[in-house]
Amino acid sequence: MADTFTPIAPRPPPVNTEGLVLWLKRNLFGDWKSSLTTVLLVGLVLYLLPSLAQWGLFQAVFGANADACQAARGTGACWGVVTEKWRVIIFGRYPYEQQWRPELATIVMVLALVLSCVRWFWKPWLALMWAVVLAVFFTLMGGGVLGLQPVRTDLWGGLPLTVMLATLSIFLAFPIAVLVALGRRSQLPAIRTACVIYIELIRGVPLISVLFMASFMFPLFMPQGMSIDVLVRVLVGITLFAAAYMAEIVRGGLQAIPKGQLEAADTLGLSYWQTQRKIVLPQALAMVVPSMMNNFISIFKDTSLVTIVSLYELTGALGLALNSDVEWRPFKIEAYLFITAIYFAFCFAMSRYSLWVEKQVSVSRTR
Amino acid sequence: MTESIVRFDKVNKWYGNDFHVLRDIDLDVAKGERIVICGPSGSGKSTLIRCVNALEEYQQGLVTVDGIALTDDVKAVEQVRKQVGMVFQQFNLFPHLTVLENLTLAPMWVGHLPKKEAEERAMTQLKRVRISEQARKYPLQLSGGQQQRVAIARALCLTPKIMLFDEPTSALDPEMINEVLDVMIELAGQGITMLCVTHEMGFARSVADRVIFMDQGQIVEQNAPEAFFANPQNERTRDFLSKIIAH
Amino acid sequence: MSASAPKKKPIEWSWRSRVVRGWVYQAVALLLIGGAVWFLAHNTQENMRVRGIQSGFDFLWQAAGFDIGETMIAFDPSQSYGRALWVGVLNTLRVAVVGIILTTILGVLMGIGRFSHNALVRGLCYGYVELFRNVPILLQLLMWYLFFVEVLPAPQAAWNVGDLFYLSKGGFSMPSPVWAPGYAWMGLGALLGLVGGVAYRRWAQREFERTGQDRNRWAVPLLAIVGLALAGWAAGGAPREWSRPEQLAFMVEGGISATPEFMAVLIGLVMYTGAFIAEVVRGGIQSVSHGQTEAASALGLSRRQTMRMVILPQALRVIIPPLTNQYLNLTKNSSLAVAIGYPDVVSIANTTLNQTGRAVECIAIIMLVYLSTSLSTSALMNWYNKRVAIKER
Repeated sequence: MADTFTPIAPRPPPVNTEGLVLWLKRNLFGDWKSSLTTVLLVGLVLYLLPSLAQWGLFQAVFGANADACQAARGTGACWGVVTEKWRVIIFGRYPYEQQWRPELATIVMVLALVLSCVRWFWKPWLALMWAVVLAVFFTLMGGGVLGLQPVRTDLWGGLPLTVMLATLSIFLAFPIAVLVALGRRSQLPAIRTACVIYIELIRGVPLISVLFMASFMFPLFMPQGMSIDVLVRVLVGITLFAAAYMAEIVRGGLQAIPKGQLEAADTLGLSYWQTQRKIVLPQALAMVVPSMMNNFISIFKDTSLVTIVSLYELTGALGLALNSDVEWRPFKIEAYLFITAIYFAFCFAMSRYSLWVEKQVSVSRTR
Repeated sequence: MTESIVRFDKVNKWYGNDFHVLRDIDLDVAKGERIVICGPSGSGKSTLIRCVNALEEYQQGLVTVDGIALTDDVKAVEQVRKQVGMVFQQFNLFPHLTVLENLTLAPMWVGHLPKKEAEERAMTQLKRVRISEQARKYPLQLSGGQQQRVAIARALCLTPKIMLFDEPTSALDPEMINEVLDVMIELAGQGITMLCVTHEMGFARSVADRVIFMDQGQIVEQNAPEAFFANPQNERTRDFLSKIIAH
Repeated sequence: MSASAPKKKPIEWSWRSRVVRGWVYQAVALLLIGGAVWFLAHNTQENMRVRGIQSGFDFLWQAAGFDIGETMIAFDPSQSYGRALWVGVLNTLRVAVVGIILTTILGVLMGIGRFSHNALVRGLCYGYVELFRNVPILLQLLMWYLFFVEVLPAPQAAWNVGDLFYLSKGGFSMPSPVWAPGYAWMGLGALLGLVGGVAYRRWAQREFERTGQDRNRWAVPLLAIVGLALAGWAAGGAPREWSRPEQLAFMVEGGISATPEFMAVLIGLVMYTGAFIAEVVRGGIQSVSHGQTEAASALGLSRRQTMRMVILPQALRVIIPPLTNQYLNLTKNSSLAVAIGYPDVVSIANTTLNQTGRAVECIAIIMLVYLSTSLSTSALMNWYNKRVAIKER
């Protein structure tokens, strides 16, 4: 039938199927229920926004003036408490003049974390770089060498402590987690049972009880006369806690490796440890990076609990800063909002990164 | 003159503002006619048949199915879907229901049939596709070929006048393609109108009344199978055929 | 002629046998673990002996000597530590059960809201999830407590709605009915209504299968429950007495009340866990492939029917395991009440630990309580999962 064929060039649609107005119409005023909801919500925002702006910005006191803050109480926010107390909140009880040291140490560590997230840096010398970073961090914080004044670990606090606890516990927990995950999948019943008991025990109890155990019971576990630093105790506690959760994540990755890979490795003559090191773990770990990031975010948030065992990280440092200061105590809410913003910034950035990594991984899988 | 049961009248469809996916489609499908649509990916063939049961909306022109004009009207869409059955590339069986429950779901809840009648009808269709012994199994317990035959039976349970097939064998292992094609050939011999998007040219040759070649959103060529395969008129058609018939 | 299964191969006692190696590895592992445990236990015993710390659970029967702020059962300082800990367990359960119910409602609404047709609703749900997920729970609890303790007015000037609901630094109060036998009748009536409602739904299903005609399956059972409850209430003498909160000089008395500590812990946990549940629900609904919706539409099912019979059943199977995980998290997070002064089991065990010095025993008790909850919930969830699993090859 068709003897002559004339190709048709593409044309623009008769009615715009995209564009701002159409988007507004479809997403905000789609039907009467949607329109009503839009109107109500917008009305609510317009009602609340002015008073919020008044309190937060226009009537707020920004200078470190306690009297002005008292005068503005109820009508304006007292951001002066942040101006006045931010150093104690961020650095805890660290000696005032030496605070450049934790500042530098935190910047170095955060920088190292950010760089570790960039694909280009995933090379063998990354481990070396981290060894250097950690050495620098502890030298700066602890002092006692290179002419730096020594500072006891129980004076460490605030943001540096939060970052250090989170990073270090994840690093230390990682090899433990891999071993425990492999052990849980082992064919040997004794090893498997031991790993299962460890994982289920830790996952079944709250972190606070693990911290209590670390804080109260570890000194009893040590041989007579030996005492361990409270920081080390807490670090061990958080590490053991993190390792159990990470072990489950790694186990999920291990389970996703098709059996055929193990069989192929067997036929090639690789031993158990060679198979794990060269074939299984690289794939499994790459698969679980998003879940690991989520775990890191959880641990980062969980470091706030060390406050309860008297290590003054960010949340605890705030209590320290304000509980004894009668002048500034009434303005705790503004200070809380300040550290909320800090936590939110860190955690939100990390979760965005985790989503980005997930997308990368799924893109590399689709042909 | 046989009335057309499906009619496309200068139908145009766009995705967003840029992608003109269907361009001036004019098509008349007679009752009982069996049509195979082929073409490269992205040519709009799936989009075309999905317009027939309103899974896709179009912006310009008119699609008429069994005398009902397919517009935004909800009632029209409901009526059309009662007359049109569809089989998907990915089967899309409901995994949490047994095979029998998959088949009786729509007759009971849309057709308001009593359970007994719905089950009788389901068993008849299962016998038709030769899989009645799997009635109590769950979809994921069956092979791909078996699942697709169940999907065909599920569509037939609504006694549709028109059956749409969207690449029904593309997701199957080679040894299962034939069992599905056999069912489709039997169906074709029973007078039902079929619109089939497929790469299986052997099927087209033996069953189709008309083969349509689409490229870049428009119908390039259509003809009876012998003429189509022996003597393609258009260069693009020749090009396409040479690529897929090579093996 | 079929052969019987071959007898097991005899074990070759050499280092090259896989079985032998396995045993050796396990023996080594057991030795290492056993050795470590013995080492720790030995040190602990030594240290406790040196410091004069006693061990044993006998302290559980000693008088506690401290009072507890809020209790579900009667308690005074002369009663034992054991009873004090039991009060703590009840308090933990109280906040956990109420919290789980409320957070499920909030989380499900927020999760479904992510799919709303209205962009503002979608944005609101997204904002809620991101905000409450990215701030530590301890910080949230502290802020809620601060809100209750500093922002709210003193009981003298409590906020009230219609003289019925009061909110102040002293907590939240609302009217509650005074118990009378008539309420037992009301409960009985409601129960009968429930039984009748279930029977009605079964009958309606059978009728549908017989004739193909469906009918509304919610109206009659609901009416039955409400109607029979009212009938029971009337039959029991129609008790009408309510205890209403009254504003006295320094506090609000009457009705049913909740302390600011309880409110802070409850609201903090509900808002925090709700964000995670919203994500779980969203993931579940998204996990059902779009092809399922298309197939259902092609068959002619309405949007509601598709949701009810195709999407929701599949989504629920994906949602239940992580949902249970969140419930466990909420229960474990309630342990942070120790930072606020709500007397849950961790808080009371902490006090006991400080008073008696029995660190090992108290911590063991805490862990035991949470462990039993976690394990039993996990076992329940595993059983449910096996039952509803989608059957595959």
